[in-house]
Amino acid sequence: MIATPDTRLQLTGKGIQTENVRRHYVMGQSLIRAVDGISLQVPAGEFVTLLGTSGSGKSSLLNLIAGLDQPTSGAVIVEERDLAQLSRAELARHRLYTVGMVFQSFNLIPSMTVIENVELPLRFAEVERSRRDSLAREALDRVGLSGRLQHRPSELSGGEQQRTALARALINRPKFLLADEPTGNLDSRTGTEIMNLIRECNDDLRMTVVMVTHERALAEQYAERLVFLADGKLVDDQPNPRSLAGTTSPGGASREGV
Amino acid sequence: MKAYDLAELAMRNLRESVLRNSLTTVGISVGVASLVAMLSLGIGLQQMATRRLVKSGLFDTIVITSRRDLRNFNRDEEQNGPAPAESPALDEPSRQKIEQLANVTEAFPDLRFITSFTYETKPHLTMVAGIPASYRTNDAFEGMQGSFFSSDNSDEAILQKTFAAELQGKTAKPGSDDVPVAELAKPLLGKELTMRYAERMPFVESAGKEGSAPEGDAAPDTTSYSIASRERKLRIVGVTDLDPDSMRGPVRARVLLPLKLVQSLHVVQPTALRDTTQAGSKVPTYSTVSVRVKDPGKIQQVEDAIRKMGFNTFSMLDATRSLRRFFAILDLFLGIFGSLALAVASIGIVNTLVMAILERRREIGIMKAIGASDADVKKLFFAEAGVMGAFGGALGVALGWMIGRLINIGTNIYLKRQDLAPEQIWFVPWWLVGCAILFAIAVSLVSGLYPAARAAKLEPVQALRYE
Repeated sequence: MIATPDTRLQLTGKGIQTENVRRHYVMGQSLIRAVDGISLQVPAGEFVTLLGTSGSGKSSLLNLIAGLDQPTSGAVIVEERDLAQLSRAELARHRLYTVGMVFQSFNLIPSMTVIENVELPLRFAEVERSRRDSLAREALDRVGLSGRLQHRPSELSGGEQQRTALARALINRPKFLLADEPTGNLDSRTGTEIMNLIRECNDDLRMTVVMVTHERALAEQYAERLVFLADGKLVDDQPNPRSLAGTTSPGGASREGV
Repeated sequence: MKAYDLAELAMRNLRESVLRNSLTTVGISVGVASLVAMLSLGIGLQQMATRRLVKSGLFDTIVITSRRDLRNFNRDEEQNGPAPAESPALDEPSRQKIEQLANVTEAFPDLRFITSFTYETKPHLTMVAGIPASYRTNDAFEGMQGSFFSSDNSDEAILQKTFAAELQGKTAKPGSDDVPVAELAKPLLGKELTMRYAERMPFVESAGKEGSAPEGDAAPDTTSYSIASRERKLRIVGVTDLDPDSMRGPVRARVLLPLKLVQSLHVVQPTALRDTTQAGSKVPTYSTVSVRVKDPGKIQQVEDAIRKMGFNTFSMLDATRSLRRFFAILDLFLGIFGSLALAVASIGIVNTLVMAILERRREIGIMKAIGASDADVKKLFFAEAGVMGAFGGALGVALGWMIGRLINIGTNIYLKRQDLAPEQIWFVPWWLVGCAILFAIAVSLVSGLYPAARAAKLEPVQALRYE
């Protein structure tokens, strides 16, 4: 049976933890409470989805975990490091090595080919050109895009673009994969392909996955745990009932037996 | 990020908005071109002036006289230093010693005398001077008809234009350009000229039998000498345009002979008479010795060394020093004017890069989201500015080179129309090429400071939200 979040964190050590984290924006005269005092623990190796309606704060929370944004107050602890205490350069290293991001709108650089997009993080990591090339090919092979290395994003379908983005997120072997509505711009069949790839990352590469989605069905199909947000607050945190019943993918089910 | 990755990404980004970046680069190149054209003209003019001065032989020459002469250009020297009688004689051993001094190219005696020539049976009287082979490059011989001496001791003569006219019975006023030198030279070149001169010979006792030497003096006489009248046939090889009365050229004689030839003739010099009255040796002394110095800037140093030896010296002061100062100021002003265009171009760089930030805001956000640091983004914008600067600089140097060349060609066409010799008034030294490109890169990098800082400061979340 699946462990409770508390025990899992203790068992596996380094995961994600937020402590009463807030992210408030001032917009004109009004104060927007995008994230308003969320405390959450994600043990290493878990597949968690953040669910909620538009404006519930799920993407804002994901951005805080990714180190793309800094909290107004509270702590975001990833691998025992409080992101709020990190310098800008340290945050950049966090984004480069610790987390991999996948976005709804893919966020590929249009002027670069598929392989150039994928190896871009390796340039920031100052990896040698020859090694960069082999790593990028390997990552693209994993997502099934080895035939389209020299194409530009505009020449690819949505699914192929998202697979390119996924390959890019995986290239530096991060411990955490953060996905912000990864299937939001895809049809259901392509979305399933992408979700299976993300699931593989969780199963085969032992990556912790935090995915934002508003589709409950998708979350229930793949995740181990569902976290519900509304108005910047955590309203529910529960294990996936289907996962408990052993109806998720074989990878997830097998791990539960460990 | 590694340097070559930066350069590659910068080039890629520049290619993305090729028209705008090309226009910015052209802007830089126009700025650099104006700078290079201005400075190359300044340098060219300076070189021309220096070349002219050095070629005139006036500024790299020191004239030496013996203190025994009791004549001097400098009053101070008369009062200080050793008494004339105790100072060294200006003779061949002294000349050789002076020639050994540092920075001295050559030291040669000033041998000149008035004598008579016979051309086509008619006698003519004039001043003769021996000139060293190094005068071949002196600008005094620039307009010469015929050729310079074939060797340093050949029986050849170069005539001054007025003497050439005299030989042909034509009257040409000194300094006038009425008769072209080519016309005067034509009938004379290759013709023979007979020179009559007085040779100084060792004293022969029998020649002085009639009472010049005192009876019973058995010691060999070292200061007396004999004089014999001689004739020498010379071939006219050249006719110069040189005005004997002008300061231009250090010759001031109307017939010029190779120096070695004159030395071998042992012509009696005005100093010969003095030699007999002063205690000395058989070695003849020179009235003056001219010293050529390697670099006009070293004149003072060589002059001091010669004075230490006990001789009087005279030189034109280092005119190139004040000339260099003048040109340094000229170059500075030309550089400032040239840089104005580059300053305008640098505003273009700022504008282009600020526009690029607005356009590539999302791209910057993506790069930051996948791990680019502030420094990476900053360096990338710097690299783009630097690449534009490097290309603009290289293009500008080429453009400036062409502008300078065109001005040079135009000037020379004008000079040719005025019947003047062509001049190189424009020169692009390698250091100017290097410095101009480096300057363009430096200006571009400074211009990139603000845009790069702005791009680096972008928050990734805001940049990604921007559509």
